[in-house]
Amino acid sequence: MAMLEIKDIEVYYGMIQAIKGISFEVKEGEVIALIGANGAGKTTILHTITGLLSPKRGSVLFEGQDITKIPAHKIVSLGMAHVPEGRRVFADLTVYENLKMGAYTRKDKAEIDETIAMVYKRFPRLEERKIQLAGTLSGGEQQMLAMGRALMSHPKIILMDEPSMGLSPILVNQIFDIIEEVSKSGTTVLLVEQNAKKALSIADRAYVLETGKIVLEGDAKALMDDDSIKKAYLGE
Amino acid sequence: MSFISYLINGISLGSVYAIIALGYTMVYGIAKMLNFAHGDVIMIGAYVVMASITRAGLPPFAAILVSIVFCTVLGVVIETVAYRPLLNAASSLAVLITAIGVSYLLQNIALLIFGANTISFASVVSVPALVLAGGALTITGETIVTIICCIVIMTALMVFIKKSKAGQAMLAVSEDKGAAQLMGINVNGTIALTFAIGSALAAVAGVLLCSAYPTLTPYTGAMPGIKAFVAAVFGGIGSIPGALIGGILLGVIEIFGKAYISSQMADAIVFGVLIVILLVKPAGILGKNIQEKV
Ligand SMILES: Nc1ncnc2c1ncn2[C@@H]1O[C@H](COP(=O)(O)OP(=O)(O)OP(=O)(O)O)[C@@H](O)[C@H]1O
Ligand SMILES: [Mg+2]
Repeated sequence: MAMLEIKDIEVYYGMIQAIKGISFEVKEGEVIALIGANGAGKTTILHTITGLLSPKRGSVLFEGQDITKIPAHKIVSLGMAHVPEGRRVFADLTVYENLKMGAYTRKDKAEIDETIAMVYKRFPRLEERKIQLAGTLSGGEQQMLAMGRALMSHPKIILMDEPSMGLSPILVNQIFDIIEEVSKSGTTVLLVEQNAKKALSIADRAYVLETGKIVLEGDAKALMDDDSIKKAYLGE
Repeated sequence: MSFISYLINGISLGSVYAIIALGYTMVYGIAKMLNFAHGDVIMIGAYVVMASITRAGLPPFAAILVSIVFCTVLGVVIETVAYRPLLNAASSLAVLITAIGVSYLLQNIALLIFGANTISFASVVSVPALVLAGGALTITGETIVTIICCIVIMTALMVFIKKSKAGQAMLAVSEDKGAAQLMGINVNGTIALTFAIGSALAAVAGVLLCSAYPTLTPYTGAMPGIKAFVAAVFGGIGSIPGALIGGILLGVIEIFGKAYISSQMADAIVFGVLIVILLVKPAGILGKNIQEKV
């Protein structure tokens, strides 16, 4: 059974249909990449999964449970975390307070402290800056914070929306290394990216999205060799 | 001595404005809406205290508790029934108009139940006045209680927001509702809590105001409501310390204006100073200029 199953969803903004019937699945332990150009509907799909948007048709199943109608704030405690597009850290809170916010649904203080220590180990930069306001962090640091904050809920699956956006090549490599580590430590990953080359290099499987539809899917390595992908997304 | 006495009176009146302004500023900061019915909750609170004492025969302290509970529930009901359905409405004008409607509704309900006559409100404060400087300076019990209440409320609120989980959730919701939901925060619940706190404070403000100025009509809340809104804007709407500074400043300007310039002109002076401050600092004294970080 797939961990996350998207079944034929259609999503509208008012009268405009952004997602035109999409199905895909993510199995436990996988890294799945969702790639596509600007406006293809990647963010819309992630928002639909975590309940910030609701689909007009279709359903979202997580570990066999239909979560389509569950409100957004109840999704995270099921074991799903979402690193939103553009980071969206809480600018007026400190790094530490942001991380605490990520553990909002957890009760055990000792366990939360343990997770914070784990996040600091993965992102030493965050520990150095724990009392700094998140709004004053650099873009790369904010991305680390957004990822650390999502990890604070101790998720089974983590959804990431363009984590490499606006980062220098060195930082992009660093972020992708961390995604691989997160995956190795047992968390399933659904990764939305415009950087198709990078995404395909760490993904197991991938789906290619065009104007609200999946146009191609398959093994990530195979897709990397696909001529149409090379042309459209890899710039070769 | 009269200068000091005016100053203390100004701080006391300003403390009431500050307590009311908190309700405006918190709701604005978290729900991004102006709750223009807030002033009328003060009036309702005062009527509940009055009725609990004169009609139900409760002791003042119990009457105040009843009023706080009543206003808290009222605030949450107003939020869920009138505002929540509009929270995602395309136009924030719709919310504003609804708020004005709620304000008239509350005034007319009070009119219906208690009539239009001015009721004299017996002070519920039993603290004796403080006589200083050999009788040259008298500070009334109401003044003392008002200032102490303001200090206690401000401190408690700041600790609550900084230290409690619900307080942190408020900060998160005020910054980014979507991201807050992704953390597992119930945004609607947090907004309702904000209304509850603001309305409870309005009840307290109603008691303090009517104890100091012992008359009560269905329109009692309107003017202090507007002035407290001005105070919130003064200090920087959305900022809690801003509400305190704005409130005190407004109270002091109003009392000094009345004492030294003209009692008819006092309100005009208050609003004139507001205009000047906003020309110099458009976001208010402690307000942040809104910047989008890209
Ligand atoms: N709030 C909105 N109201 C109306 N249309 C929207 C809204 N958000 C997105 N859309 C439209 O839905 C489509 C899909 O947008 P979406 O943000 O999901 O794309 P995306 O693949 O994430 O793009 P990008 O790579 O630029 O982030 C686009 O055509 C966009 O214009
Ligand atoms: Mg997007």
